Amino acid sequence: MVAEIGLFALILAFLLAIAQGTLPLIGAARGDTALMAVGRSAAYGQLVFLGIAYAMLTYAFVTDDFSIAYVANHSNTLLPTQYKVSGVWGGHEGSLLLWVLILGFWSAAVATFSRSLPREVVARVLGVMGLVAIGFIGFTLFTSSPFERLIPAAMEGRDLNPMLQDPGLIIHPPMLYMGYVGFSVAFAFAIAALIGGRLDAAWARWSRPWTAVAWAFLTVGIGLGSWWAYYVLGWGGWWFWDPVENASFMPWLMGTALLHSLAVTEKRGGFKNWTVMLAILTFSLVLLAAFLVRSGVLTSVHAFAVDPDRGLYLLLFMAVVVAGSLTLFAWRAGKVGLGGGFQLVSRESALLTNNVLLVVAAAAVLLGTLYPLFLDAFGLGKISVGPPYFEAVFLPLMLPLLLLLGFGPRLRWKQDSPTELLWRLRWIFGVSLVFGMIWPLFVGSWSFLAGIGAFLGLWIIGSSLKDLVDRLRPRRESQQTLGTRVRRLGRSYVGMQVAHIGVALVVIGVTFVLGYDDERDVRMAVGQTVEVGGYGFRLDSLDEVRGPNFDADQATVSVFRDGQLMTTLTPQMRYYFSQEQPMAHTSLHRGIFRDLYVNMGEELPGNAWVMRVYYKPYMNWVWAGAVLMALGGFLAASDRRYRMRVRREDEVVDEDAKLAAKDAVKGRGDGAEPNPAG
Amino acid sequence: MKKRQKRLLLVVGGLAGVVMVTGLVLNAFRDNLVFFHTPSDIVAEIVPMERTFRIGGLVEDGSVARGDDGITVHFRVTDTAVAVPVVYQGILPNLFREGQGVVAVGSLQDGGVFKASQVMARHDEEYMPPEAAEAIKRAQREAARTVGHPEGY
Repeated sequence: MVAEIGLFALILAFLLAIAQGTLPLIGAARGDTALMAVGRSAAYGQLVFLGIAYAMLTYAFVTDDFSIAYVANHSNTLLPTQYKVSGVWGGHEGSLLLWVLILGFWSAAVATFSRSLPREVVARVLGVMGLVAIGFIGFTLFTSSPFERLIPAAMEGRDLNPMLQDPGLIIHPPMLYMGYVGFSVAFAFAIAALIGGRLDAAWARWSRPWTAVAWAFLTVGIGLGSWWAYYVLGWGGWWFWDPVENASFMPWLMGTALLHSLAVTEKRGGFKNWTVMLAILTFSLVLLAAFLVRSGVLTSVHAFAVDPDRGLYLLLFMAVVVAGSLTLFAWRAGKVGLGGGFQLVSRESALLTNNVLLVVAAAAVLLGTLYPLFLDAFGLGKISVGPPYFEAVFLPLMLPLLLLLGFGPRLRWKQDSPTELLWRLRWIFGVSLVFGMIWPLFVGSWSFLAGIGAFLGLWIIGSSLKDLVDRLRPRRESQQTLGTRVRRLGRSYVGMQVAHIGVALVVIGVTFVLGYDDERDVRMAVGQTVEVGGYGFRLDSLDEVRGPNFDADQATVSVFRDGQLMTTLTPQMRYYFSQEQPMAHTSLHRGIFRDLYVNMGEELPGNAWVMRVYYKPYMNWVWAGAVLMALGGFLAASDRRYRMRVRREDEVVDEDAKLAAKDAVKGRGDGAEPNPAG
Repeated sequence: MKKRQKRLLLVVGGLAGVVMVTGLVLNAFRDNLVFFHTPSDIVAEIVPMERTFRIGGLVEDGSVARGDDGITVHFRVTDTAVAVPVVYQGILPNLFREGQGVVAVGSLQDGGVFKASQVMARHDEEYMPPEAAEAIKRAQREAARTVGHPEGY
């Protein structure tokens, strides 16, 4: 029964998606309010039915209903309950159901939080969201239903892949999908603007918080994925330039560009076409990611079982979306008009440079990811593109971007004086250069990469903090308290600075861990000590332990520094009852300045094991940076000006006019900002 | 500067940037392509020395031997026609088995030994590395052709 209810709910959701994808768009074209209103109810209804379908599958997992093929393939009676619940998205079909559920959630969120928007705009946005939903729910129903029955039912399930039995993986896919699918909102806003021919500062203001939230979720998702790979795969690596990682990284890069371009569109009314193009490209890259992961063209942990129909469906879906939206763009983009002009040295130019660098980076990743697939598909040979390519391309692109990042937020809109700017920041620049070059000496022998990384990190943090302090400094004529001044900064601004400081932490972490990690594969017998990264690792004992659904060999390793016991690590080699393959379970000691990492390899004669011992300096700075970036995104999205409710369209337009008038007088966009130059 | 000159400067600067970036990307791309070769290719000596490439095939039965240091491993990778000796230092993947598919990244050393810097096996029970499958397919196609014309032409 459970499977049938679930399938039925999914079919109803599909029908509602068809209603949502057509009626509001027709309504908006004809000015029919009744048809436009359908969008909102259809979005809510869709969410309800997708929720029911999802709940049914979860119920089947928890109650071990092995008459459903998907459950039998991805669960087991011995599986701990939390992994049964997360096992729902442990395979292709179930994770796709999660994907459409999240899409339903975003649609409903747009329906809820868009009450202050003009009716036509809401109808068009929800209509486009509905079209996207038709594509994905249809894909689930026609090629990958998780509710297919297994006849006869299995007595026992095949178990969830042990690699996926980890807390990091419980939250990685939902976060990632929140990000991926969230970009469909930015896409829907862009398409709605093209259809309506109205693309202005107000439009950018509506679409900006959605983009920021999606971007923040994607950041969390990618960060968690990297953290999971680091911890679970046991190779000590955290980024492999694996095609699947690239698949998620490309929309992130493009989304980052979009976020910055939206700032110009909102504040200055510029870059309109470019912003719309970026929204389309970001969502296209999301579809590409779905295609790469779900079509079987790639082989990786993330790739799901091969089925040519699925690949074909997704390829067609992608082609329709990309071709359709680009045609619409070509047809309508001319109507949206240009923004105000700007000089060579201005915040607009800085953001334009940021955009160009990010888009080029995304294109370079795209080339490295797709080229081998094309060659293979046309039978021209099998090649692969190694991490050195991506590193060689990325470094020279990120260097100017990060250097610019220190200047960007301090630049004025429209026009600024380069000499004055350099003069304002001379101390920050000098101090971060000196300390940046010295810092690596405290970690190991000096390396250029680490020096540059530390310099850029300090430079970004320094200029961000200086900007904050300058803005908080009381103005002579005003009597505001510090609290008021902090509040007047606005969450949008604070979010930006937090995210930028996050970038700085990632840069420092990445360059240090690349420069100074120490990794050794060694034979360790009981009682033996090895030295890695200045720490002594001693194998104390080897034992057998038992877990809920596995047996394991466990090593007890004591870690010493200067003869003093730091910690005891207990890596395991697990043998899951339901799998033929053993799984190494890493043991980590995390710290602010270094991670210690021990992993078991294979048993050797003479009470010994091959062990993998790592010293990873500044590893946690990378994760902390990712967290700050995401936090910044959420903060920026929660800014007060996005939450102003129940405003009519004409008022918004009025305010734009006022803003523009003010710009004309002051030559800059942010009226609320105190002048940093004093 | 006049407006026109400024625009010209922007366009020229932009073009120079594009040319530089394209050059950088393509150069990095060319240097870092990792080609795939089968054991038969290696034996036929059509593979350049000291360039990193990938080989794929099956781990030959009975060929895996650990060195005394516990870290060095010797094994042979076969495409069912010929086998190539491989040496690797470090931990092998959990699913590395004799008779199973494997892909290794490395380069050819003197004496025809492939020195692997990375060894990849399947990561779950249903999966065979596609490159391993490809190597076997090619070798068998070759074998079928030879069998089809036992006396030659």
